[in-house]
Amino acid sequence: MPADRPAPLLDVRDLCVGFPARGRMVPIVEHVSFSLPEAGILGLVGESGSGKSVTAMAIMGLIDTPGVRVSGSVRFRGRELVGLPPRQMRRLRGRDIAMIFQDPMTAFTPVYTIGWQIDEQIRAHERVSRTQARARTVRILGEMGVPDPERMARRYPHQLSGGLRQRAMIAMALSCNPTLLIADEPTTALDVTVQAQILDLIRSLRATHGSSVLLITHDMGVVAQTCDSTLVLYSGRVAETGPSGRVFDHPGHPYTAALLDSIPPLYGPRPDRLPAIAGAPPVPTDRPAGCAFGPRCAHVHATCTAAPPALVPLGPGHAAACVLPAEGTPLPPRTVARGDACP
Amino acid sequence: MNDTPAPAPLMVVRNLSKTYHVGHGRHLVAVDGISLSVMPGEMLGLVGESGCGKSTLGRCMLRLTDISSGQVVFEGRDITTLPERRLRPLRPRMQMVFQDSSACLNPRRRIGDLLAEPLRVHRGPDGRRRSAVDIERRVRDLMDLVGLPAAALARYPHEFSGGQRQRINIARALALSPRLVVADEPVSALDVSVQAQIVNLFADLQARLGLTYVFVAHDLAVVRQVSTRVAVMYLGAIVEIGATDDVLHRSAHPYTAALTAAVPRHVVGATPPPPLGGDIPSPVNRPAGCRFHTRCPYVQDRCRAEAPALHSIRPGHEAACHFPLAPHRDGSVDA
Repeated sequence: MPADRPAPLLDVRDLCVGFPARGRMVPIVEHVSFSLPEAGILGLVGESGSGKSVTAMAIMGLIDTPGVRVSGSVRFRGRELVGLPPRQMRRLRGRDIAMIFQDPMTAFTPVYTIGWQIDEQIRAHERVSRTQARARTVRILGEMGVPDPERMARRYPHQLSGGLRQRAMIAMALSCNPTLLIADEPTTALDVTVQAQILDLIRSLRATHGSSVLLITHDMGVVAQTCDSTLVLYSGRVAETGPSGRVFDHPGHPYTAALLDSIPPLYGPRPDRLPAIAGAPPVPTDRPAGCAFGPRCAHVHATCTAAPPALVPLGPGHAAACVLPAEGTPLPPRTVARGDACP
Repeated sequence: MNDTPAPAPLMVVRNLSKTYHVGHGRHLVAVDGISLSVMPGEMLGLVGESGCGKSTLGRCMLRLTDISSGQVVFEGRDITTLPERRLRPLRPRMQMVFQDSSACLNPRRRIGDLLAEPLRVHRGPDGRRRSAVDIERRVRDLMDLVGLPAAALARYPHEFSGGQRQRINIARALALSPRLVVADEPVSALDVSVQAQIVNLFADLQARLGLTYVFVAHDLAVVRQVSTRVAVMYLGAIVEIGATDDVLHRSAHPYTAALTAAVPRHVVGATPPPPLGGDIPSPVNRPAGCRFHTRCPYVQDRCRAEAPALHSIRPGHEAACHFPLAPHRDGSVDA
């Protein structure tokens, strides 16, 4: 981010999260840094165990496992969130920063109606009457594309379809007009036609509500279609970060490039074999000393195995944690002419 | 479908229905009168959204679930009502791979033991029990086939990653040299970087062993990679079936076109098409007429009244639509 830009809405620096296991600290998230501007959509991508959800939970101050260690800095509008007293964090959470989860069935309690739960959230943060709260609930449900919102507000979570439940959860998250929405795999449990509806809704939020979104997903397609910038996590560390267009067309990290290549194409010629990545991501207790992707990387050599490579700038806002660009052998741009480029 | 008379189909399904009673006198029609045939060496992809009946159809084909009505013919033999005792000798020839790789493997038994079990239970091709030496050799061959070291035979399921466990499940399904393998979402629980390995493994095994697959999945790109033919299901019925790229890129049914368009592209800056509205209706209460008419952007009066049957669009390509789409190269469609 150039210095003349306004201060970012969310600025995460050097975030580390470690969990105690078998008498030692196991690092889950290591030195993750990124920032999210006002009305921006940032995609946090990674596979299971890459630390993307833990990063989100740490930002929200939702990790309270005994012995857990969270260090680094999370600044929201310039205010430090790491180490903020629970009382103050609670005032922020839900009002300024809201979160939606993969499974709306577990995020709602089954014993109260959808409307009751959204009313409760509004009344927890603002001094409004029940009638006023319900009026706002119905209005937001309507804005989120829930048909017949007044009747839907009187329904219980199990009476709604998966897509409607997810809309209701987004409505609940937006009920206090938060400036930052953290969406953790919001469409993973949904069918593809319903996923398209929800992504459409998330994209429209910055125009309708001025919200910034931190979108956590494992699906590169969701990122490409939704996010301005992309942060690729691998094994708890940042592999690559940059504007989405750059990351997809000129990936600087072999992991990003290999991941994009290994996804079967829906358009264009079908390869006989997919260029698969050998092996599996390392478990957190057994991370390699050097680059975490080293054991699976086609370009691995001696300099990769000593220490985790530092992030190397590759262009405006674009950086990759790889030794290749510094050694003068950066990856070639991706041949997007796989036919995936045609509409 | 039957314009190539030479080889006999490996499996024929005729008018298959599966109905569940859900109480209060209501019925859930999971599979609603499906007919299709699977040719030897074919890779048939079954796609559709959750609740469309694709997994139920896969299970009914192998008689893992009893059939409400209709007929299943395997290798020319009607197995619809065959009692379990008579069905069991046929089981080695038709196997299944499931989605959850760890739920399928007993956590307290070693891999070698798990792979040897089907070989101990079923007699060999000569009708006699297999010897311990034969079993040992076959188990090692299987590990080699799916790309795992023989040293792993002494380990337990939890010591493997998800991708490796799915390899073990595939090895076990192949232990008895089946002709037909039904794979139910075999890669959807795997990480993206591991999915490609297993997709490649399915293709390799097909080429080496001449297997016939029915590949059930919701991921269109994965299905396109592995399938020679694709059947698209919606609310318990096949709405379109044909050669993979005919169905996915020259779609005749508006549902198939919407499904393909809804898959997020890996291209930054491409404006996604307007999404399909509404939700999938409940299979307990499915709409009259065309089952897709409540969400179809091209719906007309006839669609609300009369259910369309599958009819031919081009050789080997059928769709159940009164007003099939005329596709353009750019993916846009006319009614």
